[in-house]
Amino acid sequence: MSTFLQTLFVGLRLGSIYALVALGYTMVYGIIRLINFAHGDFIMVGGYTMIFTVPVMIALGLPLWVSVFLAILVCALVGMATELVAYRPVRKKGTSMTALITAIAVSLLLENLAQAIPQIGPNPKVANKIFAAGGIRIANVTLDWTTILTICISVIVMVILYQFTQKTKIGRAMRCVSEDKPASILMGINVNRTIVTTFAIGSSLAAIAALMYIAQYPKVYTTMGSILGLKAFVAAVLGGIGIIPGAMLGGFVIGLVESFTTSYVSSSMADAFVFLILIIVLIIKPAGILGKNMGEKV
Amino acid sequence: MIKNKTLQGYILNTLVIAVLLIGFSFIKEAFGKAGDFKLILAPSIWQCCYLIVLAASLNLTLGFLGQLSLGHCGFMAVGAYSAALLSLAAERAGIFKEKSGIAFILVLVGCILIAGLLAAIVGLLVGIPALRLKGDYLAIITLGFGMIIVNIINNLPFAGQEGLALGSASASLYKNGLGFGTALKVTYIWVAIAVTVICIAMMFMYVRSKYGRAIRAIRDDEIAASASGINTAFYKVFTFAYSAFFAGVAGALYACANATLSTASFAFANGGILNSTFVVVMVVLGGMGSLTGSIVAAIVMFLVNYQIKNGLWVKLLPLWLQNIFAFPMLVYAVILIIVIMFRPKGIFGTYELSLRNFFSDMKTQRQNRLAQKQENKEALSHE
Repeated sequence: MSTFLQTLFVGLRLGSIYALVALGYTMVYGIIRLINFAHGDFIMVGGYTMIFTVPVMIALGLPLWVSVFLAILVCALVGMATELVAYRPVRKKGTSMTALITAIAVSLLLENLAQAIPQIGPNPKVANKIFAAGGIRIANVTLDWTTILTICISVIVMVILYQFTQKTKIGRAMRCVSEDKPASILMGINVNRTIVTTFAIGSSLAAIAALMYIAQYPKVYTTMGSILGLKAFVAAVLGGIGIIPGAMLGGFVIGLVESFTTSYVSSSMADAFVFLILIIVLIIKPAGILGKNMGEKV
Repeated sequence: MIKNKTLQGYILNTLVIAVLLIGFSFIKEAFGKAGDFKLILAPSIWQCCYLIVLAASLNLTLGFLGQLSLGHCGFMAVGAYSAALLSLAAERAGIFKEKSGIAFILVLVGCILIAGLLAAIVGLLVGIPALRLKGDYLAIITLGFGMIIVNIINNLPFAGQEGLALGSASASLYKNGLGFGTALKVTYIWVAIAVTVICIAMMFMYVRSKYGRAIRAIRDDEIAASASGINTAFYKVFTFAYSAFFAGVAGALYACANATLSTASFAFANGGILNSTFVVVMVVLGGMGSLTGSIVAAIVMFLVNYQIKNGLWVKLLPLWLQNIFAFPMLVYAVILIIVIMFRPKGIFGTYELSLRNFFSDMKTQRQNRLAQKQENKEALSHE
């Protein structure tokens, strides 16, 4: 029983990280129909920003997690730059496949550019412990603060994000653009600005995910985002891509599947199981769990 | 007349290949004394050969069928592992004692064939469910299958370090029945070249056949193609399996050229040269829908990769550029972005380099350009 509970909480913690990354994927996909492969690498950018800013925070006497705000800023800038420099010119000219290949190229570029910077280099860097150690005991299971905070923060962020897309003007503009681009241009929405804003928000979510990832696994390396990003993308597809509650649901499902496979089946097969679930869902219900099936226009 | 032209093309290509081979044997003689051939040129040719087959095979799916598959190296891994393990089994069974003689060559050819067939079967199994999806979803699902294949190989008990010894699942295989040393790479270099030529010829025949026309129709407009009576599902799955076959053959060549196999080198993204992304880079650079483009791109990318790592001229460049060159993938990523921005269909586009038509193509191109200029001028004068 205690193993079960432990696994459950590990799964929820993993899931909340996946959910945050998946939200970034889903928002960008919803608005420009592009799998932003570079999204996973925004996590890496956030991670390194925190590695370099944490000593500053220590010097200033601030709590360590304050550096996440700088990470959010840097990630948002990188995200917007990616959209402006790489995606927008390609989107104007090419097909969806060329856009996808560009996204892969940008991801490769970010990963290898990070390695080429001498201060970063190819070797992993160890991060400081961000949250306080210790925790609370419930029914023979120790819950450390990192787990509790990770789950709480991600739930709060998701609620804020959901309210943002439902209530505010920019949020409504985002939903409009993802639903019907020409019509939203006619309604006087600045589509390009909305897309850039979406990239900024999605990338800042990646920075928050980086905070949680580092809090749990205090190691940062240049390819940390690629597998994490892929699994988060799986989560987004699982829940129904382009749908914000779907990304949250998918994230938690993937996290739980991974932690239960690791502890009950085999740790090396966890990735295979995650992708197996994706394949099953795509074959049975290609639009995802919460997605609606839409017919194809001829 | 058309038959005649095809025949002309075949004869011309065969002649040129024969001339190249004869010239090549002279080079071999000339280089043989210095040892450069053995140490540098022969391994390079092996590497070029499997890169060419790999890139051209992905081009069947990506360029001609128009479906982005990101798990192509998974099929290559299937081919490489099955060739290595099969040859190991043959060695243990005593079919060949040393790596020479008729028996070994038969085993070698058999291994390459079976590696291709196994990869094709895996491709069929992957393709039947995966090709019901298209676009982004297909890219992701093939990526997932590629990872699952690598993951399964990692966990196979008989594909562990020792090979065929049960109970030691591992990410690397150190026992490889094929793995050629430098001397054997020179002896069997004709195997690599012959396999590559045959594979490319088979792909060209496929593309020019009824099947090739059908898949190009699917690429251009799937709904229109199916309305014209093309069984799109069949052609898609068949092409996918056909291209997986050649990926498996490329894997078998890879197993010959490398003594150890490691699943990490077939993963989706890693620092090495052989990942599914790099293959996509080659195909896109060469031109989606141009087999000759893929061949040229594979050779060029191999040379770029080799020169960046070993070229003497790199030492003459400024230090910051040298630092960048330490990460070749960075260079490829930049090249890929630039090419996609300015030529979304790749450098060659769908143009096929052809010996027979080379001069007439140049002529028509010049005429086209002149006509374009004329048109522009007229359009200007009308304004």
